[in-house]
Amino acid sequence: MTSILRALLGGTAIALLAGSANAETLRLLTWGSYAPDELVQKFEEEYPDIDVEVTFSNNEEMIAKLRATGGTGFDLAQPSHDRVYAAQTEYNIYKPLDLSKIDVDKMTPKLVEGVKANTTIDGEVYSVPHQWGTSGIMANIKEAPDAKGWGDLCDPKYKGRTSMRLRRTILLGMGYALGYDPFSLYDDKAAYQEMLDKVTAKLIDCKQIIKTYWTGGDDLSALMLSGEVILSETWDSTAFKIYAENPDIVFIPPETGALAWIDTFTLPRGGQADDAAYKWINFVLRPENVKIMSASTGSLAAVPNAVELLPDDKRAAVEAAFHDRDIENLKFFANIPPGLEDMEGIALERIKAASN
Amino acid sequence: MGRDAGRLSLFLLFTPFVLWIGLLIVLPQIGIGYVSLREKIGINEFSFGLKNYADFFNEPIYRNTLLRTAWISILVTALALVIGFPVAYYIAKIAKERSRAALFLMCLIPLWVSDLVRAYGWIVLLRETGVISTVLLRLGIISTPIEMLYNDVTVIIGLVYTVILFMIVPLVSTLQGMDDALLEAGYNLGGSRFTVFRRIIVPYAMPGIVAGCIITFMLTAGSYLTPVLLGGKNSSWFTEQIYNQFITRYNWEAGATFGVLLLLFTSLVVWAGLMLTGQSLATTVAKD
Repeated sequence: MTSILRALLGGTAIALLAGSANAETLRLLTWGSYAPDELVQKFEEEYPDIDVEVTFSNNEEMIAKLRATGGTGFDLAQPSHDRVYAAQTEYNIYKPLDLSKIDVDKMTPKLVEGVKANTTIDGEVYSVPHQWGTSGIMANIKEAPDAKGWGDLCDPKYKGRTSMRLRRTILLGMGYALGYDPFSLYDDKAAYQEMLDKVTAKLIDCKQIIKTYWTGGDDLSALMLSGEVILSETWDSTAFKIYAENPDIVFIPPETGALAWIDTFTLPRGGQADDAAYKWINFVLRPENVKIMSASTGSLAAVPNAVELLPDDKRAAVEAAFHDRDIENLKFFANIPPGLEDMEGIALERIKAASN
Repeated sequence: MGRDAGRLSLFLLFTPFVLWIGLLIVLPQIGIGYVSLREKIGINEFSFGLKNYADFFNEPIYRNTLLRTAWISILVTALALVIGFPVAYYIAKIAKERSRAALFLMCLIPLWVSDLVRAYGWIVLLRETGVISTVLLRLGIISTPIEMLYNDVTVIIGLVYTVILFMIVPLVSTLQGMDDALLEAGYNLGGSRFTVFRRIIVPYAMPGIVAGCIITFMLTAGSYLTPVLLGGKNSSWFTEQIYNQFITRYNWEAGATFGVLLLLFTSLVVWAGLMLTGQSLATTVAKD
């Protein structure tokens, strides 16, 4: 009996050893479309000893996943620039970057400085920029030619034909529409709560106008392309993709300023393939690869000539949407202080639960 | 040697079961219970107490969502029973031996695709520019497209469709064991169809009914995808609240509290259901 057991144990041990001798694996935790197959294949051809495994996620789930494992299970994550600071101070899920291993000089200096300012903790930099884009509204200009701001989503003349995502972006957008400057209120909890209360009331009122809350890019595309919805809150990248199929649907930076986010490269604390991660970062920064990446994401890369590296249809969409003054007017998401998301969470629940 | 081997094989046979129950059910529940008693004071500072539970009872949104979830789940269970019973009776008693397997298989087929795909199936059918609305428009029955998604009726239809199989299977297996002589005796003694149904079929099928109702109720109350995808702007569902607490608000303590409360509350509903109908687990589900 014992000899059988011993044989079994031996066999298991050998199997485990063999497993660890395999090629290095790079486990990416990123957004849908941020790791197009074409690019992954190209990377694996260039570095035959690295296997790339991709998990698609979003900001909230990235933090929740890494928090649950204490920062292990993935080798490279891509949270937005405003979501790194609080998550790191509270849950300690990331590790500092070695900037000497990244071709930082190939990135847009302004974006690098912006992200550094947001993600430096105790003198260590945790993130560098990758793709950036904005949130705003998109309209079918045939049916809603006058839409120009967040507030139009709640205009009674579009009753039953508008949509939004019930997350924090719309709270901030409506804050701007009501004349507040939400980012400057971040440090004053009482003032921020007062703004949230106003926004909550406005959005509860708005429920009878909107058709439904969208939950993801595909959902939103179906609503817009079918014509069921003519005006919606959106990510610009989703709007640019839709523009390629129906040029009547354009992205409109709200008059109060489109909200700008930068998705970053950040290393999880328990990552086991840092070198492979740095290789991936530098790989996707190369102009020929930026082109493939931007074709898939629809967003702009954090490199100086990003617009030129967009495919033609996307470039046309960007040029139709943004003018110089819109770029001047961009509002970059500020670091979210701990506790703020809990306040916003209550507001979102109130809105969802209100019947109207 | 013989006894040792016997003991070892018993041990080996039990190991997977014990590991399964212990690692995947008991331990996580203890963990959830532990987290739910943790109060957050500041960053990485915690104390113990019942504050999370107090928060739940003080916030009407959470209470109402839980009650709403329970109410819709009960409705779904009742509908599944009403629709599922005739189907199960047909498969078990009326259908011919040969077609029985085929019919049973037809009930099983929807289960081969994932919940997500089934929910999207309903979306494609019911949306404003969807199949049903377009067909009705073409036939001239309606003049403007109608939106059938994003309301409670859609959620209930979707849920009944998702869980009805779990009602049919236990009912079929109970009804198959029923001797036709019982029914004949009932009719011979002058019972009407209704009396036979009420006094013979239902009591005989009771173990299946109870088992089916418990399974469908628990599955419905714990479902996430169907209510979220079909529900739209006014449909709060309790599992969605749990998700929001854990993921959007990073509030694991409240999320865990909600998890414990959902388990307790659904268990309570099942217990109340058994009491009200005068059944007990021993005489129904665990009956030989």
